[in-house]
Amino acid sequence: MIEVKNLHKAFGTVKAADGVSFIARDGEITGLLGPNGAGKTTTLRMLYTLMKPDQGQVLVDGIDAAVDPLAVRRQLGVLPDARGLYKRLTARENIDYFGRLHGLDEAQLKARREALIQTLDMTDIGDRRTEGFSQGQRVKTAIARALIHDPRNVILDEPTNGLDVMATRALRQFMRHLKDEGRCVLFSSHIMQEVAALCDRIVVIAHGRVVADETPEALRAQTGETNLEDAFVKIIGSEEGLAA
Amino acid sequence: MNQTSNPVRRTRAFFTVYFKEVRENLRDRRTIMTALITGPLLAPLLFVMMLNIGLNRELDKAEKPLKVPVIGQQYAPHLFEALRAGGIVAGPPIANPEEAVRNQDADVVVRVTPDYPKSWRKGEPVQVEVIFDSSQRDASTAVERVSGLVDAYGHQQGAMRLVARGLSPSTAWPVNVARRDQATAQARGVLIFGLLPYFFVITMFMGGMYLAIDLTAGERERQSLEPLFANPVARWRIFAGKLAAICTFSAVSLLISLIAFSVVGHFLPIEKLGMELELGVRFCLTVLVMALPLIVLLAALQSMVAAFAKSYREAQTYLSLLMLVPALPSVLLMALPVKPQEWMYAVPLLSQHLGVMRVLRGDGVTMHQMLFCLGGSALAALVAVLVTAQLYRSERLAISS
Repeated sequence: MIEVKNLHKAFGTVKAADGVSFIARDGEITGLLGPNGAGKTTTLRMLYTLMKPDQGQVLVDGIDAAVDPLAVRRQLGVLPDARGLYKRLTARENIDYFGRLHGLDEAQLKARREALIQTLDMTDIGDRRTEGFSQGQRVKTAIARALIHDPRNVILDEPTNGLDVMATRALRQFMRHLKDEGRCVLFSSHIMQEVAALCDRIVVIAHGRVVADETPEALRAQTGETNLEDAFVKIIGSEEGLAA
Repeated sequence: MNQTSNPVRRTRAFFTVYFKEVRENLRDRRTIMTALITGPLLAPLLFVMMLNIGLNRELDKAEKPLKVPVIGQQYAPHLFEALRAGGIVAGPPIANPEEAVRNQDADVVVRVTPDYPKSWRKGEPVQVEVIFDSSQRDASTAVERVSGLVDAYGHQQGAMRLVARGLSPSTAWPVNVARRDQATAQARGVLIFGLLPYFFVITMFMGGMYLAIDLTAGERERQSLEPLFANPVARWRIFAGKLAAICTFSAVSLLISLIAFSVVGHFLPIEKLGMELELGVRFCLTVLVMALPLIVLLAALQSMVAAFAKSYREAQTYLSLLMLVPALPSVLLMALPVKPQEWMYAVPLLSQHLGVMRVLRGDGVTMHQMLFCLGGSALAALVAVLVTAQLYRSERLAISS
């Protein structure tokens, strides 16, 4: 479970996060929806302790990120916005590197890695160097290395960015699979279709603030719109930066 | 779900980072070329070629018959007989000797004027012109040879005239200069090898340079630094692993270069010039030990600069400039040959330069100097490492855009 309480973060005069609070529960998919530049990436970066909030608190499975950032990172599997691979290493070697950094022993590492390669359907690319991988193959590898330590909480920053239809479908399937395993899945997106199709709970962010935090049904009811797209536009107050 | 990572294993993070970086960079052709081939081997090869060409030229000029254009040979047959005995072959006269010398068509030209025989017979001083251009360093050996032979001929003739008048030749030359050169054969070699310490520093620098850029600026540019920092490993451990990888490449570079120098040293014709150089195992070991803290210092500085840079290219530019800094002590000491003071052994770079020169001269480094050298450089390296580690903690470091 990930709890975010009143996060503030400013870069100069720009307030990227201005009092963000929400809860992402285990066994649920929580979607962080907002237009480009709303503060989604900055919020997520504070969750996985890459950045320190100016104010506010992050709790992951009850651990305070400000007190024990290493323990928090151990509870998290992260697919950041930046998902560069080591192109001179094979997909397996990329995954192993992160597994060893998580302190897995070789037997654990092998079992877990092979299971992920099966689930993510990447047996054909496992021993290829990642140079020249397609966008979809790259995302798969990045997800496999992010989940190598079997984390209870999974954070994905715009995971379907740049993927084609087939790869997107496969990824959504995989996220449901993670939810069914009882994990807490938190992902960000600026694509309404995606959030609507996947989420148990939607947190809408605009201008660094949470403007809604509901189930998709409640959102529709709250805004009086039957169409989710219209509901979002009404909540955010403009259509800028959103994609259908 | 696995919730307990063994904390003991986390201490292995350092080695995980280290071995990954080494393995990854061993697969990079450019890094291999620079760190293990061109970097360490180019300097010795260039050095040997330069030396060989230079030495052989000097030796050639000192021993081989030297062809010199001569004007007015018919006026002073005895003089030219003496020059011929000294290995000077009189060439055909040329129209404009001054210009020929300036254009480097001839190194030196000898001219005797038509009034030479008349003056000679009267016993008056005669003039032999040696025309040369002193800004052509290349010509100096030839000029010295010719002037020396002309001088010697003059002395010899003068002595004979004195003897003919019943005087001792020593009346004319009451003072003699006796030159006693105290340089050992090894010390003379050092004059030529003054650039060697700089070559070593450049080799270390080049060996680690591509790694230093790749592991900070490069990794950020390829967007892999952010996911890396999402792992439960303290950033200083990651930095330590990376630093160790840079140091390894740099040290291996230096080692290859040292071995190349000692192999190649056997093929240098230095003994022909009465020089001697100590380039054996003891030399290699001493240089390596003195260089160890310097390797860490350079690696930390390179990482620091690469961490500051916004992109791979920017880091490359900065590091090329940084490469000039290690040249300073070598160039300064060559331009202003000061007497080495003890405190200089505590200054990084300067101490390695002085140390390498001492070992080359065959003097050896004293325990005291070695401790100063290691201590001073290690302290500087520690400061550089701490500053860079601090830089690694910055939020901005991981973020590429």
